[in-house]
Amino acid sequence: MKTAISYPTVGAMGKTGTWRVFRPSLDREKCIKCWRCWIFCPDSAISRDEYPVIDYEYCKGCGVCANECPVNAIEMGREEK
Amino acid sequence: MIFIDTANHISALAAKMAKPHVIAAYPITPQTTIVERLAEYVESGQLNADFIRVESEHSAMAACIGASAMGARTFTATASHGLLLMHEMLHWAGLARLPVVMVNVNRAIGPGWNIWSDLNDSLSQRDTGWIQFYASSNQEVFDNIIQAYKIGESEEVMLPVMISYDGFTLSHTSMPVEVPEQSKIDEFLPPFKPAWKIDVENPITHGNIVPPEPYMEIRYSMQRAMERAKKIIEEVGEEWGKKFGREYDLIQEYKCDDADYVMVTMGAISAEARFAVDELRKRGEKVGLVNLRTFRPFPYEKLKYEKMIVIDRNVSPGLGGVVYHEMKKTGKDLYGFIAGLGGVDVSYKDFERIYELAKRGKEGWYPLEVK
Amino acid sequence: MVSFRGEIVAIKDLPLDEYVLKGHAACPGCPITIALRIALKALGKKTILVIPACCTAVIEALYPKTAFNVPILNIAFEASAAGASGVASALKMLQQKDITPVVWAGDGGSYDIGLQALSGALERGTNFIYVCYNNQMYSNTGIQRSGATPYGAWTTTTWTGKKERQKELAEIVMAHHIPYIATATIAYPEDLFNKMKKAKEIKGSRYIEILAPCPPGWRFDMSKTVEMSKLAVETGAWVLYEVVNGKMEFNGYSKRILEGKERKPVEEWLKMQGRFRHLKEEELAKIKEMLDEKWKEYKKLYSSETSPDK
Repeated sequence: MKTAISYPTVGAMGKTGTWRVFRPSLDREKCIKCWRCWIFCPDSAISRDEYPVIDYEYCKGCGVCANECPVNAIEMGREEK
Repeated sequence: MIFIDTANHISALAAKMAKPHVIAAYPITPQTTIVERLAEYVESGQLNADFIRVESEHSAMAACIGASAMGARTFTATASHGLLLMHEMLHWAGLARLPVVMVNVNRAIGPGWNIWSDLNDSLSQRDTGWIQFYASSNQEVFDNIIQAYKIGESEEVMLPVMISYDGFTLSHTSMPVEVPEQSKIDEFLPPFKPAWKIDVENPITHGNIVPPEPYMEIRYSMQRAMERAKKIIEEVGEEWGKKFGREYDLIQEYKCDDADYVMVTMGAISAEARFAVDELRKRGEKVGLVNLRTFRPFPYEKLKYEKMIVIDRNVSPGLGGVVYHEMKKTGKDLYGFIAGLGGVDVSYKDFERIYELAKRGKEGWYPLEVK
Repeated sequence: MVSFRGEIVAIKDLPLDEYVLKGHAACPGCPITIALRIALKALGKKTILVIPACCTAVIEALYPKTAFNVPILNIAFEASAAGASGVASALKMLQQKDITPVVWAGDGGSYDIGLQALSGALERGTNFIYVCYNNQMYSNTGIQRSGATPYGAWTTTTWTGKKERQKELAEIVMAHHIPYIATATIAYPEDLFNKMKKAKEIKGSRYIEILAPCPPGWRFDMSKTVEMSKLAVETGAWVLYEVVNGKMEFNGYSKRILEGKERKPVEEWLKMQGRFRHLKEEELAKIKEMLDEKWKEYKKLYSSETSPDK
């Protein structure tokens, strides 16, 4: 019996970090740990440790995190391949 | 126990005895007395099911799909335009491999409005992946519904099943029906064990985007299940015979052994054709009858007679009778007649005439244009 | 921080659980996955999603993989509320009463093709949550006009701007007398979380509509999704409220507007979106007039709900 059953997989659409054109980088000095970048990441690519941790394997580089950071602790720079 | 009642009330009774968890249905003539009776069963506590009084047939089938995907046993009933509105969801139930059981009371399609029987509604659902049974008596209606659950829910099949019968001719006509004890039905029909289900402990996604190659495999799996269903239908029909004294196959043959011509019919007109065979036999004509019990899977291997007269109570415009054309795969001599559309009566006298016409090598629209 | 009513009022207090897995198929900057992440944090593991044809069905990614860690039943475009009715019935009959069935549908599937099934399910008091994420168009099929597309907006089927007003689905839903209705945006995650949480605790039909600004559809930079949501509220282009058992209460910034705070000019929101770039003076004037009229209605409702004899 075969029907369209799919199983939860991290990277179901592959390593979506390869879609990225601009790369976010976090300046820990500036970070106030408000976690706005974490909650607003559309890709679940920012996790919470002592500071926000960006998973570059899956970050698509949309820049929402940088745009929403109240202290400009995240900067978007062109991805170098 | 013998019940004397209409096919619609017998349907409701059979559905009740199959113990569905969820019923979702919308009223349409001539199906209404089924849902009325089921509502009565549920509200009086005779049936422990949730009856969803949906706002359309499309939603009836969608709700059955939702419930069946949860592992619940489901039932619905419809007719004609209601069935047509469901069309999209019939495909969905089929490809999702959910063994929903549905009664369709055959009724012609408008415009203009016509509430009488022909088979165009259910035959238009030919490619939806539903097993299709046709009944020619109220007893067959009862027996088919219970068997439908066992066949559809078989792990080798896992397909939805539609039981069709003619509006008014059967739906509103009382006939005696032998109904087994509930305990015997329970012995015959085990609880539904789904092949897959939506479960928070095992969070699968059903039905997301499927690329071309696996899609074709899913379709192939469905085709294989339909083929296996032939064997399961025979086995279940045989088991039914052993338990309840009425054995079933994919087709029902009557006086075919020595027949030069065999009439092939489906639905209520089969009962009339059977009487015509008796009359013709009295006159020395070697004629028999095959009543097609299943239309999907199509039992072409069993249609082995050299000369077959196919009477279609349906039409595929631009082609002809649906069953006639499906039967071309048999490679036998076929004589096709289209008769009885929109509830036109087809009596045993008509079958006798059709037989005489076929013997003279004619076919066509009876009685409008026969060449 | 947790308020005295048990509501979460700080982002840092939102649960860490993630049910939207990394590496899904959404466009960069997609508001839907932000909304889903927040909603599922509130709804938790014991949630079943029923999803019609919409962007989310694509976001799930391709068979045999899925980017979601809660079970999903995909169903035909117009059938999600009916499919969820079946799920809800089965949950009841199979004694799984602690599980929440949730429809997650776009505006096309809710305002338009799925409206009949939605209305039927609400009228039957189906025990489920229906979420409409409203990106004001058929985004999945490539930005076509829907019943939720606002006046003046460009879409691929309204090249010179839509000539008609959008309808207000939440107001249609109100006519069904269900126990809980709320509007939300991703710009206020605590508000969205609390509304989801509140909806989860209520029995019967619950409806939540979330504004979902779509970068490729609305023609704005993908980093501005949250900003666009916030500005929609601040300009009054989107309004935040709850209707609990028929009692309407405005929330957050929308409430503050009704209390006297000035609405930001709607041009600020419109000019950020390429879909409104072609607007003529008179069209802009018409948008402003319609918005003023709408806020007069809200003001009236607000005064009646807060009047002392209530």
